[in-house]
Amino acid sequence: MSGKAAEQFTAVVIGAGHAGLAASYFLSQRSIDHVVLERGEVANSWRRERWDSLRLLTPNWQSRLPGLRYEGADPDGYMTVPEVTEFIERFAKVCGAPVRAGVNVTSVRPVDDGYQMTTDRGEIAARAVVIATGACNQPALPPLRDAVPASVQQLTPFDYRDPARLPDGGVLVVGASATGVQLAAEIARSGRPVTLSVGEHTRLPRTYRGRDVLWWMDAAGVWDQRYDELDDLTRARRLPSPQLVGTPERTTLDLNALDSIGVGLIGRLAAIRDGRALFSGGLRNVFALADLKMNRLLGTFDEWARTNGRDGEADAPERFEATRVPASTRLQLDLGGGEIRAIVWATGFRPDYEWLDVPVVDQKGHLRHEGGVVDSPGLYALGLPVLRRRKSTFIYGIEDDARDVIDHLARYVAVRM
Amino acid sequence: MTTVTNGVNVQALLDAREVLKGAPEAAQFTWRASAKWQSGVHSTIKVQSFFGLGEEQSHKDEWSFEADHPEVFAAEDGGITPIEYLIVGLASCLTGGIASVAENRGIQLRSVESVVEGNHDIRGILGADSDVRNGFNDIKVTFTIDADASREDIEALVAQSQKRSAVYDALTNPTNVTVEVA
Repeated sequence: MSGKAAEQFTAVVIGAGHAGLAASYFLSQRSIDHVVLERGEVANSWRRERWDSLRLLTPNWQSRLPGLRYEGADPDGYMTVPEVTEFIERFAKVCGAPVRAGVNVTSVRPVDDGYQMTTDRGEIAARAVVIATGACNQPALPPLRDAVPASVQQLTPFDYRDPARLPDGGVLVVGASATGVQLAAEIARSGRPVTLSVGEHTRLPRTYRGRDVLWWMDAAGVWDQRYDELDDLTRARRLPSPQLVGTPERTTLDLNALDSIGVGLIGRLAAIRDGRALFSGGLRNVFALADLKMNRLLGTFDEWARTNGRDGEADAPERFEATRVPASTRLQLDLGGGEIRAIVWATGFRPDYEWLDVPVVDQKGHLRHEGGVVDSPGLYALGLPVLRRRKSTFIYGIEDDARDVIDHLARYVAVRM
Repeated sequence: MTTVTNGVNVQALLDAREVLKGAPEAAQFTWRASAKWQSGVHSTIKVQSFFGLGEEQSHKDEWSFEADHPEVFAAEDGGITPIEYLIVGLASCLTGGIASVAENRGIQLRSVESVVEGNHDIRGILGADSDVRNGFNDIKVTFTIDADASREDIEALVAQSQKRSAVYDALTNPTNVTVEVA
């Protein structure tokens, strides 16, 4: 036990993004005294760690939080980052969340009756703690980046703001999830030659049968699939984000679309040797895997519409052109030769639990938890991929998760009272 | 549900996967081959022992392979060409993978046949053109599969077998190779 007097709460929520605020919403509903600690300001990552052109992947009508929904004029549009920030700020006000901004938690450790936290504003103790710090605290970068010659500028999605800040010349984007395809497209439109290194990826059309593909995910029940019903939960939690972009035109941004604007597709980056980047020759198969998986998903949508009498709400079933395989793909790029001036690492993100002094982080740096109930009594998590449902990391996916997790928390603190 | 009998003990593989998740050191295998020069470009390669699951292991028998070059290479043709061993490995690895994935997915196979073609510009190994690589320029595998499944399911089997294939990975990705004189 710490000798210093600590401020006491029943519950502390760490992080004032949409997940932490949703936790606060349900804690308040149950009259559980609590505080939300935020290292920066509400929606901090949205304000500081996102590129300029980013918009939500979910359409506005789907962007809802407990007690708050989109009421603007463009339900089919996608919020820009300032709009998302404003939306989350409004949520914080509407639910009266007790947010303490500018409080950095540097340690959380177990004590006899809960957890004690060290912050840059003093000690805080609570019987229960909700970790809502997000899944994308830092870019996940491959160790081989150390072998990139110094003449090539390296950026992560945290550094990248817009193409104008890149050097002139060729850009290699590594990774073909939502981040990679969005950045590859906008850098190509700036006139720079772009090569996109593609490993396993998730292909989706923006709209299917005239409806947003996320309408189908929601309506057909895919997004409500529970974590404890999935065949391979570990895999589901590691899936790269789908190749989607939110634009006013509702365009599809798959690899064929990138090929059409001149982005060169190349295999997964396998090694860098003597200043040369070496790429996998297995591009054709990652295309095949993604096309097959997309078609299976579209098949489940068709099946759902047919068996539920919903065919009338959508256009006729359609199938998309298979991903076009380049006649020949390069297997290496000379990084020192001047062709590539910058590399953007769109290789995913990882959470940061450096401050968590509780032995609940596995070898791969992920929290050990069962549907948000962390493997240490009184410790909870929200806002992680497939935490309790496939939709867990989407804005509107938080409501059901937060309700369930705070239910559990409420039972826990009631018994221990 | 009908019982699929492709003859792959998928349960043993799934059990091994679970055990090795928590014991990565036991998953470290070393495969070995011992080669002996005969004469000309002919060599004989023997394979029996390997290391895995934390200890020395052995095939039931010692297997012997002859490698040479064909007469058009002015050789005796006492065995297949070394680069042909690569496509032998690829075909067998993908075929075994298809059987395993099919077993796991409940798909009964009736026949699985394939042809592997590796295109090779021999000006590389002859040193006739320094811009030509020594190895394959590309490899094409064509499967003909008869199974109780739709064409899409069969394509998915073939895609998954590539995703989990050791030899496919070894051929499509670079590998560090050390060659020393003992």
